[in-house]
Amino acid sequence: MSDPSAIDPAIELKGISKAFGPVQANKDISIRVMPGTIHGIIGENGAGKSTLMSILYGFYKADSGEVWVNGQKKDITDSQAAISAGIGMVFQHFKLVQNFSVLENVILGAEDGAMLKPSLNKARGSLKHLAEEYELQVDPDALIENLSVGHQQRVEILKALYREADILILDEPTGVLTPAEADHLFRILEGLKREGKTIILITHKLREIMEITDTVSVMRRGEMTATVKTAETSPEELAELMVGRKVLLRVDKKPAQPKAPILEIENLRHTDSHGVERLKGISLQVRAGEVLGIAGVSGNGQSELLHVLGGMTTATGTVRVNGQEIDLTGKHSDGQSRRARGIAHVPEDRHHEGLILDYTAWENTVFGYHQAPEIQSGLFMDNAAIKTEAQAKMDRYDVRPPDPNLAAKNFSGGNQQKIVLAREIERDPDILLIGQPTRGVDIGAIEFIHKEIIRLRDAGKAILLVSVELDEILSLSDRIAVMFDGQIMGERLPDETNQTELGLLMAGVTDTGGKSAIAAVDAQLHAKEAREAAQHD
Amino acid sequence: MDKMPAWADAVLVPLISILIAAVLSALVIAALGMNPFEAFRLMVEGALMKSSGWGYTLYYATNFIFTGLAVSVAFHAKMFNIGGEGQAQIGGLGVALCCLFIPWPHWSLALIGATISAAAFGALWAYVPAILQAKRGSHIVITTIMFNFIAAALINYILVNILRPSGGMEPATATFPEAVHLPTFQDMFSTADNVLFRGSPANITFFIAILACIAVWLLIWRTRLGYEIRAFGHSETGAKYAGISPVRITVISMLISGALAGLMAINATMGEAERLVLNASEGAGFIGIAVALMGRSHPLGVFLAALLFGFLYQGGAELAFWANIPRELITVIQALVILFTGALDNFVRWPLERLFLATRKKGTA
Repeated sequence: MSDPSAIDPAIELKGISKAFGPVQANKDISIRVMPGTIHGIIGENGAGKSTLMSILYGFYKADSGEVWVNGQKKDITDSQAAISAGIGMVFQHFKLVQNFSVLENVILGAEDGAMLKPSLNKARGSLKHLAEEYELQVDPDALIENLSVGHQQRVEILKALYREADILILDEPTGVLTPAEADHLFRILEGLKREGKTIILITHKLREIMEITDTVSVMRRGEMTATVKTAETSPEELAELMVGRKVLLRVDKKPAQPKAPILEIENLRHTDSHGVERLKGISLQVRAGEVLGIAGVSGNGQSELLHVLGGMTTATGTVRVNGQEIDLTGKHSDGQSRRARGIAHVPEDRHHEGLILDYTAWENTVFGYHQAPEIQSGLFMDNAAIKTEAQAKMDRYDVRPPDPNLAAKNFSGGNQQKIVLAREIERDPDILLIGQPTRGVDIGAIEFIHKEIIRLRDAGKAILLVSVELDEILSLSDRIAVMFDGQIMGERLPDETNQTELGLLMAGVTDTGGKSAIAAVDAQLHAKEAREAAQHD
Repeated sequence: MDKMPAWADAVLVPLISILIAAVLSALVIAALGMNPFEAFRLMVEGALMKSSGWGYTLYYATNFIFTGLAVSVAFHAKMFNIGGEGQAQIGGLGVALCCLFIPWPHWSLALIGATISAAAFGALWAYVPAILQAKRGSHIVITTIMFNFIAAALINYILVNILRPSGGMEPATATFPEAVHLPTFQDMFSTADNVLFRGSPANITFFIAILACIAVWLLIWRTRLGYEIRAFGHSETGAKYAGISPVRITVISMLISGALAGLMAINATMGEAERLVLNASEGAGFIGIAVALMGRSHPLGVFLAALLFGFLYQGGAELAFWANIPRELITVIQALVILFTGALDNFVRWPLERLFLATRKKGTA
């Protein structure tokens, strides 16, 4: 080191490489994270961020390279070694035991002896201390299944701190949070930083990087393309570093020219198999030539709305398509009859719904339309014709690699989504239901998908867009409806609202005027938790 | 892609599995004081070196093709049909009723009638577990196992109390009339001065089994229904999204599966025994599971695996007959093959996969 007074970095990775078969997930990656800073790692899906962190946490063994922690070379062979080196990890998908209490989860794997009582008492004391220090309040005796997602995440952080982690890795922590919860999380992280903890934040959201990190490293295709000070960069520059070319972050669109309503929904109600009412009287209209965006934290009924409209489940109420009522009982209708009525559906979950991952691309290009008469020849399906048509579609939508014989699971997220889009759009539907259109999709493909949605709108289609990404809702929608707890909390025009107002509506607060609204959010969240707890009993 | 080539998956893995099973069997035989090479020679000679041996091998193989296909079709819809045994026995009842009570003028017409009847009875026996699974969520593995016992008890009751000819001393139907006698390989291929397949039970049903292989291949990979069955098997939520009814696919694929298992009875009951006896399926329903696993649920694989198990059955019988080896040992050998080809599939696959990846990395580096 050139500067003798410099302190050792909290984490230093030197020349880390890792390959999975022929895929080079990490290529000669070096990175230095100074103690007491928040370091962001940003990159598209599949850029190798998670692999790198898994190596740091001992889940994978690097093919080559070294890990240094606080100036000492460490051989991190498993997560126990990582924990004893002071590294804690908060996973995207929480690793909590649902029917254990917060305390029990915190001591799980860190019990002091055969009897639980002393450990529990010790944990109770230290939790109280941590809560005061870092705004990490959570009821130690609550069961995990009764906690909101935001509180569950706090438990994960507490778990790491209880194990005396000095270095905290968070993998896409805001994906499941409301804007208010995300703000709270960032306050917690700021507090941890003030106390000298080191934080590594993995995300694909540029806004979060700009908001909270001190330095940021960009990954692309397994390589570290740049490490910069956050204050000295811009979202545009980071996006370019991530993708390798200039990207349009704003959606270019003309004002909508809506015509007659095509999709009319009145008092739609749906109760799930556990007897919980998921849709509590939804009424909406989507007109030809407009995008209606449904904003909301995931799990507030948006999925059920798409499932009902797409014919995957039943409901009561009235839904009219082009003035004609459609059957909601499921007795005379399913996904295929919906398609016959001009409703195309790009589902939220392309892995389990939109695609059969083990099917080839060409088989997937007729999925849901496989009964169409033009692709039959006698008793059999006309596979040759389907393949030819699939090749043409893949060329038009720039699916890479353009090989119709490749299984769907071997395409990247963005290319999988293009296959689904091609299938649904090419049938020229009147209505397009589209859920999380860019979830797990790389920035380059996001641009393409957004343009495609606006092109359809301008062609006079009615588009119902569901997304948990507020940015996406704001930039694509002509009208925004906010869903909370199975209800529409209100409709807003994108020009006349902002993230804060939408965030409050998403948390169930309709009075978005005064300052007291912030406090109301917490109250609402607690009320919701209590309700859900009651439903479980 | 982090996978080995398809040919290695389809050919190399089962071959190595068989090899390991063979080596272990050889060790067991050696431990009993017999030369394993001599034992293997006896098996090959008895099962493959003379036409009557082939006649038995192919007879057993025919049974296994039907039950193997039955398990395969259900597999494609991600259901584990353990009920091939019961479905085959009830299929036998269908064959018996058809052959005993309809005065057929010619065996060919009887064969058509018995095929329909066997398939219908087998399908019927699979229908109840299917509808319970589809509508009530009762697990198909549990219900089909239980239906095996119910089938055995039902056949027992019917044979003892209803179909047993008066004065008959054993629980079996009367022998079928001469008109429904199916041509055996001996009838078909022998010439005046050269008798082939002497006394062996292989019969024309073998060709029906081959037709069934082709029909299943067309069904699964060429028809809309096969497309829907496979889609449902891969992802139930995906099927729902596409408007494929889970209830309908569950029921239909189990009906096809049951019908295929039922068809086994044409071979065993109509072709060989020429009357319905107790336990006419002789465990072929269970062997079908191993055959389907080893054959990767593909009709060609099922055909080859059925031949292998036909060889093991016949070779094993020869071994027990000629050598001083207890009959139970044959079951041990068969179990070893099932263990390695079916249950311990990944035991062979994972090391092989790693080996392929290692050599490929060297190739690209």
